[in-house]
Amino acid sequence: MCLGIPGKVIEIYERDGAHMGKADFDGIVKEICLEYLPEIEVGDYAIVHVGFAITRLDEESAMETLVLMKQMGVLKLELDPDAALAAEARIALDGEHR
Amino acid sequence: MKYLDEFRDPELARTLLDQIEATVTRHWVMMEVCGGQTHSIIRNGIDKLLPPEVELVHGPGCPVCVTPLDTIDKALAIASQPGVIFCSFGDMLRVPGSDRDLFRVKSEGGDVRVVYSPLDAFRIAQQNPDRQVVFFGIGFETTAPANAMAVHMAKTHGLTNFSMLVSHVLVPPAIEAICSSPTNRVQAFLAAGHVCSVMGYADYAPLAEKYHVPIVVTGFEPLDILEGIRKTVLQLEAGRAEVENAYPRAVQRDGNPDARRMLADVFSVTDRNWRGIGMIPGSGWELSEKYRDFDAAYRFTVTGIVTKESEICRSGEVLQGLIKPNQCEAFGTLCTPRKPLGATMVSTEGACAAYYNYGRFTESEGAPR
Ligand code: SF4
Repeated sequence: MCLGIPGKVIEIYERDGAHMGKADFDGIVKEICLEYLPEIEVGDYAIVHVGFAITRLDEESAMETLVLMKQMGVLKLELDPDAALAAEARIALDGEHR
Repeated sequence: MKYLDEFRDPELARTLLDQIEATVTRHWVMMEVCGGQTHSIIRNGIDKLLPPEVELVHGPGCPVCVTPLDTIDKALAIASQPGVIFCSFGDMLRVPGSDRDLFRVKSEGGDVRVVYSPLDAFRIAQQNPDRQVVFFGIGFETTAPANAMAVHMAKTHGLTNFSMLVSHVLVPPAIEAICSSPTNRVQAFLAAGHVCSVMGYADYAPLAEKYHVPIVVTGFEPLDILEGIRKTVLQLEAGRAEVENAYPRAVQRDGNPDARRMLADVFSVTDRNWRGIGMIPGSGWELSEKYRDFDAAYRFTVTGIVTKESEICRSGEVLQGLIKPNQCEAFGTLCTPRKPLGATMVSTEGACAAYYNYGRFTESEGAPR
């Protein structure tokens, strides 16, 4: 939950009066809030915390970080609540983190 | 050198390690504040790759671990109420309260939902006008801008069925508490990179000066951590105590100004009790006067909470860097991720869980250097 994940902004729009958009996290697309990076444009990369773009990042470091997070197996756990829930249930049953 | 091959750039890692080794002349104790960094250090065996003079101790930067027990109990009580939809980050589900956890409440029929973002909880409230939707707003400065926005949007949309149980914690007062403790061993800090992406790092300068400790803003990837350690060792050996930024690609001096403006509007500073550690003055955020109506602690009257903490768990000492997890008697025996006695064994960012998952069962265990 505390981990920031780099994503590529692929769409920008307004929703409920807020500056929102979609970001691609190595194939997983999520809606994100862009209120804190109002200048960001489609194609830019940002570090996203729990659905909020917080800081811009260059493409190269974004890609490197994504590869690393994928290796560590954290990407899906962070982005997909169902996966997170399933993981918690699994640990409760057999005690293994990932 | 089992671990080194797994680095993204083993050669760069080797160069950084060589520089650290060439610089260090005596024993130094430094603390990484962020639980994400702890996880990365143990997973990649960074502590084992470093020269023995450099000792890393793990800090309190796991929000799941330090959320106070009475707040967890309050969350459990609210989540059990009929008509309530209780939304939380997944990490909080198995954190032990006095007699159960959120997972248990869910399995007993409570409507507990895991969300990715606090805005998801805001949407659930929009879609369920006849239900009370409560979001468990915890975390350090990293999750705070998101939580703040959810409350702000609930206010601008006039939602009367959305509230937040807020238990935010702040890094600089925690560093101050560690430095001023009579038992402190920490001589330098690796500051949490993404906390600084939000807040900047100007707040750390007075701490570095007052306690004469280098504070180096550090990322959480293995190479970032090595670079942070290298900069810290250089400072320590030169007798300097400055704030330095070893993570410039994601951190600006003043952080994110838009986020900070929102934070200043939605939250106000409060004293906060840290689980296992105790009260740290000015170390938390609560909803400001203006947003009081959205505070679940006010909306729901919860009485009769009697907190009961495990008598064996030493997570407070773990969180302050006084002991390593495997020095706790219960580690890996009475206490495992499946049956955790303390929150530090639950969260993947908790030091006890990191030690357990990467097989650090005894003090000497780990990869050969
Ligand atoms: S190993 Fe378990 S009991 Fe010991 S300090 Fe960690 S969480 Fe607490």
